[in-house]
Amino acid sequence: MIVALIFWAFAALAVAGGIAVFVVNSMARATYALAVSFVAVGAMIVMLHLDYIGVITILMMLMEMAIMAVFMVMFMGMNPALMPMDMTHHKRRSVILAVVVFAVLVVAIFLIPWPARTGTPAADLTRSLGDAIMGTKMLVMLAISPVLFATIVAGLVLANPRGRYDRYGDQLDRRTTDGHPDPDDPVRGGIGR
Amino acid sequence: MTLQFVLLVAAALFAIGIYGALSQQVVVMVMMGIELMINGVLLAGGALWWFLAPTPDGQTLLLVILAAMTVEMAMGFAVATVVHRSRNSDMTDSATDLAG
Repeated sequence: MIVALIFWAFAALAVAGGIAVFVVNSMARATYALAVSFVAVGAMIVMLHLDYIGVITILMMLMEMAIMAVFMVMFMGMNPALMPMDMTHHKRRSVILAVVVFAVLVVAIFLIPWPARTGTPAADLTRSLGDAIMGTKMLVMLAISPVLFATIVAGLVLANPRGRYDRYGDQLDRRTTDGHPDPDDPVRGGIGR
Repeated sequence: MTLQFVLLVAAALFAIGIYGALSQQVVVMVMMGIELMINGVLLAGGALWWFLAPTPDGQTLLLVILAAMTVEMAMGFAVATVVHRSRNSDMTDSATDLAG
């Protein structure tokens, strides 16, 4: 009974936090509301006996929200990120679509004849996950690795304001007469500039 | 604590995320909406795993969802940075070049 009540409380917190993200009038507050929602969902996942995934979710999302707040202040300046403002469009259509999607999902949830549980959970679920990752499910992790690596590379390429082609043009091995690299930099740096 | 109840919460998070992703103008706020949607999927995945088939396979799928969340955040911030640099704005309305 107590466990069910705690689960309900986390569920209410998760949904309330999610709603608050788009109701509060400052983006900094929205970030905190989202963090609260994520922590509540992480706690619910832990209560579903997924200790490792739940803790990872909480840690990852808290860090992500901190980074998000930094980006918000970076893009919008300190005042707009912290001041009340409303920057929305197509509000009515968005609400209608969200309600329709929710209604469809609710109908599906209650109409689908969910099958009975098959299999029994391992005694140590985290260990069984580790065994799966390092054994039968290693291919999944091997597939994720290049995706994450490609994300790092693509992120750097997009975020980099001046790449080597901006600095050197078509001739990447451009050099001065005395053999030093000769980039087209607005402000020259390095030793002996 | 039943499967239906947890899925209901997940559906609510997903719907709120859809509203956010469609209605917000600031790129970072749109990302928050998408994060909420993925969070709903993660919760639903956890519930389906526990109530239907608590084997390690399901846990691995949840790790994949977490990885998708990470990729979404990293690429979202990178795109937001590019848009801000080129348009001096972080609003989605200033990046509608590909709109039909």
